Formats: sequence, structure tokens, C-alpha cells
Amino acid sequence: MLQTILSHLDVTVAVLLFGIGFTTLLLHGNLIKKIIGLNIMDTAVYLFLTSQGYIAGRSAPILRDGVVSAAGYVNPVPSGLVLTGIVVSVSVTAVMLALAIRLYRRYHTLDIDRITLRMKGEDG
Amino acid sequence: MRLVQNVPFFSIMLCMVAGVGSAMLPRRGAQWLTAGLSAVICALNAWLLWFLLGYGKSYTYLMGHFPSPWGNELRAGTLEALTATVLSAVMLLSVLGGMRKAEEHVDLQKHALFYGMLDLVLAALMALIYTNDLFTAYVFVEIMTLASCAIIMARQVGHTMVAAMRYMMMSLLGSGLLLIAISLVYNLTGHLLMEPIRDSLAALVKTGAYRLPISVIIGLFFVGLGIKSALFPFHTWLPDAYGYATPTASAVLSSVVSKGYIFLLLKIFYRMIGIEVVRADHALALLFFFGLTAMVLGSVTAIRSHDLRRMIAFSSVAQIGYIYAGIGLGITAGVIAAMYHLIMHSLGKSMLFLSAWGLSDASGDSKRFADLRGAGYRYPKAGAAFTVGALGMVGMPVLGGFCSKLYFAGAAFQAGGASMWFLLCALVVSTLLNAFYFMHTVTGLYRRPRDGFEPKPFSRPRLTTVALWAFAGLNLLLGFFSQPLMQAIGDGLAMFS
Repeated sequence: MLQTILSHLDVTVAVLLFGIGFTTLLLHGNLIKKIIGLNIMDTAVYLFLTSQGYIAGRSAPILRDGVVSAAGYVNPVPSGLVLTGIVVSVSVTAVMLALAIRLYRRYHTLDIDRITLRMKGEDG
Repeated sequence: MRLVQNVPFFSIMLCMVAGVGSAMLPRRGAQWLTAGLSAVICALNAWLLWFLLGYGKSYTYLMGHFPSPWGNELRAGTLEALTATVLSAVMLLSVLGGMRKAEEHVDLQKHALFYGMLDLVLAALMALIYTNDLFTAYVFVEIMTLASCAIIMARQVGHTMVAAMRYMMMSLLGSGLLLIAISLVYNLTGHLLMEPIRDSLAALVKTGAYRLPISVIIGLFFVGLGIKSALFPFHTWLPDAYGYATPTASAVLSSVVSKGYIFLLLKIFYRMIGIEVVRADHALALLFFFGLTAMVLGSVTAIRSHDLRRMIAFSSVAQIGYIYAGIGLGITAGVIAAMYHLIMHSLGKSMLFLSAWGLSDASGDSKRFADLRGAGYRYPKAGAAFTVGALGMVGMPVLGGFCSKLYFAGAAFQAGGASMWFLLCALVVSTLLNAFYFMHTVTGLYRRPRDGFEPKPFSRPRLTTVALWAFAGLNLLLGFFSQPLMQAIGDGLAMFS
């Protein structure tokens, strides 16, 4: 068991990070902390994907120093996926933060439970 | 390659360009661009459907001339073209029907952006329906999520903001799970196109290796897309989002957005993983179970809600449950019934949302049942449309809901065993509950208003009337022509995987 954990250290860290992000997202009432949790979760997925796409000793597939054999390079697709994922998560975070600002301006708190209470209070 | 075979690509690109374009147009221009766009997309896809019905098989469309397994592909068959045609028609009618209301609800400066977002929803829908590439699907899932968050928020009241926040939280959790599933698939197979993935997975399953990762992948896809399409335990964001957004947005969310995710899940199960693998994994049993729970509990919550639009929103949860239960049966008849139900639900639910707004306008902007009494006389057209929609959902003979329930029951008998009894019981209970709350509402619409109720003057936009008539007509047609439609769905499913 310990052997497996140590030999797949990157995956273990990714799983831990995912857990941290997930619990932050679920258990914290504060919207900003929730957003941070979401970001940690996304980062965990990117770490997992990057580490799976990396092979020790190989370089990015850019022709250099005359090496043309495919064995000298790693598959570029996982890195491409991670880049796309990062772009997505940046835009999503921006939208969420904008939403949080909107909610703060209206309800003067970032706590989701209090926001819900005040929202119900508005209904009268 | 004929010109008509370019339709999937044209649809996606047209929507993207229109999305950017309408953000720069003045208000009226953006409205009519979106309506026109939906009409054009509907016509194009109908043309493609016509071609495919004659062609008799599906075809793949290379994006950028790199052949499989490297490039990016679209794939079109009868089922895809049919779904795209129906859903873009629903989009068109929802935009028309909610147009005047959106002018009231959405900020004047944000109007063009609102319609731009609707164009993006349509773009994402087209991409989810036609794409054959897993990562393209992921990107468009995210586009769909962001765009639908924006259209929930377009009407700025407290409820929609909180609903949008909840929606984003849940939805992004779903996206995260989806992304993990995709990276696991890429890890195992080294492919992102659906057919090569299926071949690799089939080879893996034959060797018996990687049983657990394959189960995890199936589970992650199911939960991720289940959250996004508001399957029962994951539906908490739904009622406020559907109940308080502007009518166009509620109609589009309930009948277009959630359907796109369901279609993607169907594609993943049938085309990418292979239905035999999914069936052997017991994941379908789980899907079936969740679907049944949704069918019953969604209806129970709908009965308990005191407000018309929330009731319709909860009824959506139940109807989504029908679709999942049909897919979860694991036999072709079940999936055909589910697809028919998907079409029926998107035509019926958008009509219900639009007419519910009309009715509550006619009752002094209230949506409580007590105030709605007599609304059917004050706004007869909305009342008639609501009645048709409600009868359709309940399963009145001749209307769409009856046929879909009949087909579900037929599929249950074909499946046999315990799942037959479960599905039949859930069908009966859910139909009774449906009948109870919808008939209660409909009879309420035609009762004497409560004492001292003073109706205020309200507007009845001609566009809404046109949209409601068209919706009612389509719902009736759906019931009358259920046989050929089922035939088309069946043929489409045969060429789907």
C-alpha cells in the first residue's frame, strides 16, 4: 500500500488536493472560500492529467537539436488538454467572482446561508 | 460530399458568429437575429434530416482533414438531426414567446448580450449533438454552463442571483468530474475520438484488465452529466433557476440545455463506451434507480410547492427521471421511449413555462394558486396552451405524453423481470401524482376568482400568442405522428453507435 502511494506520489497529491478542494467547496459558507475550493479542485485535476502525460527524460514535442525520433518526445495532447482546462477555469472563476460581488452588493454578506435568509426575507 | 452534409459544421459556426454579432447589435437587431438564427438552424437541420432519411446511414465529417484517430470529427445520423431540428424549433418559439417579457425583465444595455448568450447556448447544443470528439464535448459543456448561468442572471432579482451561484457551484462540480473521467479515458486508451475509444475499451474488457477504472469512468460520466441535467438528488439548484428567470430563459433551460447533456450522456454510453460494457458494469441499474426515484419524488415535491412556476420546475425533475429510467433499462426500446419523451418534454415544458407567465400576468403578477383562479378566462389563449401542455404531461390519450408512457410501459414489458415491476409501479405512481397536481391547477384556472379579486389590465403580446399556438400545434402533431417519429428514432439509434 505504502509502496503504491510512494511510487505514485503525483497521483496521491492530486487526490489529496481534490479532497481538500471538494470539502472546502461543500463545507464553507463563504462564497470566496467556495470559489477557492473549486479552483483547488480544478488544479488537482490538471496536476493529475499533466503528471500522467509526462514521461521522465523526454521533452516537449518541438524539433530541436536535430532529434526527430518520436521516442524523444512526450505526447502533446495531455498538455493541450490542461491548457484548455486552465483557460476554462480562469473564465469560470471570473464569472463566479463577478457573481459574488453582485451578491455582496445586494445582501452585504458573502455567507451563502445568510444570503438565502435575506433573499427569503425579501419575499415578505 | 454533398452540400447538405456540411450542415452540422455550418450550424455550429453560424451560432458562434451570431453570438458574437448579436452582442454588438442594437436591442431589436439582437432579438431578431437570434430568432432568425434559430429558424435558419431549424430549417438547415430539417434539410439534413430529410437527406439522412433517404441516405439511410450516418456519416462522419472531418474537421481539418486529419483522419481518425487523430483529427476532430463531427458525426451526423437521423437521431442527431431529428433532435437538433426539434430543439432549435423549441428555441425559436421560446425566443419569440418570451421576447416582450424579456424586454421588461432584462436591462436595456444587457439586452444584446442576453441574446448573444442564447446564440451560444444554441451553438453549444449543436456541438454537443454532433461532435464525435470527447474534448470538444467538454469545451462546449463549459460554454453551455457559462451561457446558461448568464441567461438565468439576465433578470436581476435576488432569487436569480442566488440560483445562478448555486447553479454554477453544482455545475462546476459536474464539470470537474467530467474532466477527470475524460482524463482517465485518455489515460487508458490514448484517444479522444469516440469510435477509437470504444475499440480500445472493448479490447481492454476482453482481457479483463482495468475493470475498476472502467467502472469509475462510467460512474463519473453519469454523475457529472447527471448533476448538469438536474437528475433527482442533484437538482437543488433547479427550482429557483427555472422559477425566477425570464420566461425565455426558463423555457430554454428546461427544454434545451438539460437535453443537450442527456444527449451527450447517451452518446458516451452508446458510441464511446459501448452499451454492452456499460450494461455489464451495473452502472445502468444505478441510472435506472436514480431515474425511478426522480419520477416519484420529483412529482411529490411538485405537489407540495405553492407556486405555479416552481411546480412546473419540479415536474421537470420528474420528467428528466423518466428519460433516465428509459435509458437505464438498457434495452433499445427503453432508449427509444426515452428519446421520444425527451422530445415530448422539451415541446411541452417550454409551452408550460410560457403560458404560466401569461397566466400569472393575468392574475396581477402573482403565481400563487389562490390568485390564479379564473386566469383561464382572463387570458384564454394562455389557459388553453397550459391545458394542452398539462394534459400532455399527464398522459392524456392522443397527446404526446400518452404515447411516451405507452412506450415506456412497452419497454418495461420487453425488459421483464424486476425492472419491469419497478418501472410500471413508478409509472403508475408518477402519473397519478402528475394528474393530481396538473389537473388541480387546470381546474383552478377555470374556477370563479376568489372574492374581492380585482384583475389588473395586462398585455397580451401577439408574438406570445403566435408562439403558444405553434407550441400547442406541435404538441398535438407529436401525438398524432408518434408512429413515424418512433420509427425515425429507432432507425437513428441503429445508426447511432
